[in-house]
Amino acid sequence: MFYGAAVRGFLVRLAAIVIKEVVPLMRDRLSFSLMFAMPILELLLFGYAINTDPRQLPTAVIAADQSRITRTVLTALANTGYMVFTHHPESEAEANALLQSGDVQFVIRIPSDFTRRLIRGERSQLLIDADATDPMAISSSLAAARPAIDRALRNDLVGPLAEWAGRDDAVELVLHRRYNPEGKSRLNIIPGLLAVILSVSMVLMTALAITREREHGTMETLLATPVRPIEVMIGKIVPYFAVGVMQTVVVLLLAWLLFDIGVEGSFSLLMLGTALFICANLAIGFTISTVTVSQLQATQVSFFVLLPTILLSGFMFPFRGMPQWAQWLGECLPATHFIRITRGVMLKGSTFEAVDQELVALIIIVIATATLAISRYRLTLDAAAKPAA
Amino acid sequence: MGLALTIGSPDTTLAIDVHDLVKRYGTRTVVDRVSLTVAPGRVCGFLGPNGSGKTTMLRMICGLLTPDSGHGTCLGHDLVREREAIKRQTGYMSQRFGLYDELTIRENLEFIGRVYALDRLRERVDEALERLGLATRQRQIAGSLSGGWKQRLALAACVMHSPRLLLLDEPTAGVDPKARRAFWDEIHAYAAQGMTVLVSTHYMDEAERCHDIAYIAYGELMARGTVREIVAGSGLHAFVASGEGADRLANLLRQPGITAAAFGTTLHVCSPERDALLAAIAPFRSDATFEWREADPTLEDTFIQLMATARDNSEG
Repeated sequence: MFYGAAVRGFLVRLAAIVIKEVVPLMRDRLSFSLMFAMPILELLLFGYAINTDPRQLPTAVIAADQSRITRTVLTALANTGYMVFTHHPESEAEANALLQSGDVQFVIRIPSDFTRRLIRGERSQLLIDADATDPMAISSSLAAARPAIDRALRNDLVGPLAEWAGRDDAVELVLHRRYNPEGKSRLNIIPGLLAVILSVSMVLMTALAITREREHGTMETLLATPVRPIEVMIGKIVPYFAVGVMQTVVVLLLAWLLFDIGVEGSFSLLMLGTALFICANLAIGFTISTVTVSQLQATQVSFFVLLPTILLSGFMFPFRGMPQWAQWLGECLPATHFIRITRGVMLKGSTFEAVDQELVALIIIVIATATLAISRYRLTLDAAAKPAA
Repeated sequence: MGLALTIGSPDTTLAIDVHDLVKRYGTRTVVDRVSLTVAPGRVCGFLGPNGSGKTTMLRMICGLLTPDSGHGTCLGHDLVREREAIKRQTGYMSQRFGLYDELTIRENLEFIGRVYALDRLRERVDEALERLGLATRQRQIAGSLSGGWKQRLALAACVMHSPRLLLLDEPTAGVDPKARRAFWDEIHAYAAQGMTVLVSTHYMDEAERCHDIAYIAYGELMARGTVREIVAGSGLHAFVASGEGADRLANLLRQPGITAAAFGTTLHVCSPERDALLAAIAPFRSDATFEWREADPTLEDTFIQLMATARDNSEG
């Protein structure tokens, strides 16, 4: 009996605590719905969007030799499903530019003596230049290319050429892993990591900075003064901008010292991209703070934005592996564009022309989000006010 | 000295002149057509039960909230269209400590000074610290101050820009009597300089330190005037019983229309109906243990009566 009473007392007190925790949780509708919406949405989003085996990668072809055999080889490559011949550049320079800007993942070159050498019984060469900044994106394609070519030739090489058909080395695949010759994932990760680190700290810090004021009651004092919304916004953003710049410097320094990754291209171009990216994240954080009322809510919403930044931006998984809708979603994330800039400028030595589209995209995101943030920021307590005591 | 002259002249603009203010939250009307005027240089007490709409009124007056309807001026500026001008000349002190816990006392004052773009910032902060008596503790984190000091610091912050109007929302809630006295001395000192003060409070002794009072209940203005006027206007009759055990009679006397409250060993009985009151106390008047005398109702009696009337109105 004694134990029964003790257990009961324990349970009642435990229930008291549980109820106390649950009641405000249920009352906070945003947090509550996020708790369920977040896993569902993210499961759907990332479950379908992430594909580490991307297909249909855009490929440029320079065929200096056009014969039945070269057509067979190219068709075989296309039939693997990994490559789509999107571009037919006229010159080497054009092909390089396509690879540099990221418009294509591969450039396939068929030398002018391809067919002739095959017929003569010599080995022919097929040159594939791959953008290896994201090794994961190209490995499957390249693995599929070799057997596809061999199979195609087996059917095509008949008569006097049949001798070659049984052999696997009739065509030599010459592969150039451009920008990342050793196919090191690290090279791919680090420029992307800069984007993720900046996103996490910038979005979270700004989102919390304003909701903290609201939670602590200092917002009321602030609003009762003649301070203007734009002043509050800039005033809040400037310190965090400085933090962002410092973080960038630290990351770049460590990348150089520890991983031997320098900046191939123009440093000032990289800094321009970084500045725009920091602004975009600060504006997102500010917007979050205008729709949330507590720091807890702000944190939750921030992570709701940050997870796609990590998973859909091309940071963790190949961007081209995602279905079209997920790519569109990814295009809306500033990190997607910034990662292209960092990978381009740091690894490929990309010039302004190669990344100008990404810079424009970042500017559009900054303007759109900042406009949203300012229009949501209220000079009065009307939106946030609850019936006061 | 133009300021002093303006205050003195009788035809000067009202510091607060608002009419028929309404504020709703969803379907709940928190402030229902309240009009309020406050003459310049006055210390006006704003009283009423919890949830009566005092905070909402103060927030509407200083431009923190937009009234759903109604109109008016504050310091001669339109309540809705000229918010910025109002904000520049008004000091608002919220119910919760509205300064930054993580900043030092000095840093908080400097922040407020910069927000109002004040000149001679260092001097002004020094002056404010001196007046507060916090000069030696200026490097202390504001969050570590006691409740009373926090409120005095908040007051010092909201008068830094020499506003013409002070709106204080329960500034002394939970503050000890000594600190409250100091706080009120400061309020009167500012009023003497020509500032108009509208201060909400639950304390009767503070209400009595105001020049006049506005009583609001359930979103409606119930009474307005000096303490004397409001008490006289209540039409209440009161009796005080003293003697051994008089305070125990409270439960026996309390009935609809009659309030009874024990104050130490004495008992305070009130009613708007003198005859009903006499009838109610009659059985106990014959008891020689108690000594009965008719007295003036207190301000508290009046407010409790007003609250009961307001509830009847809002329910009827």
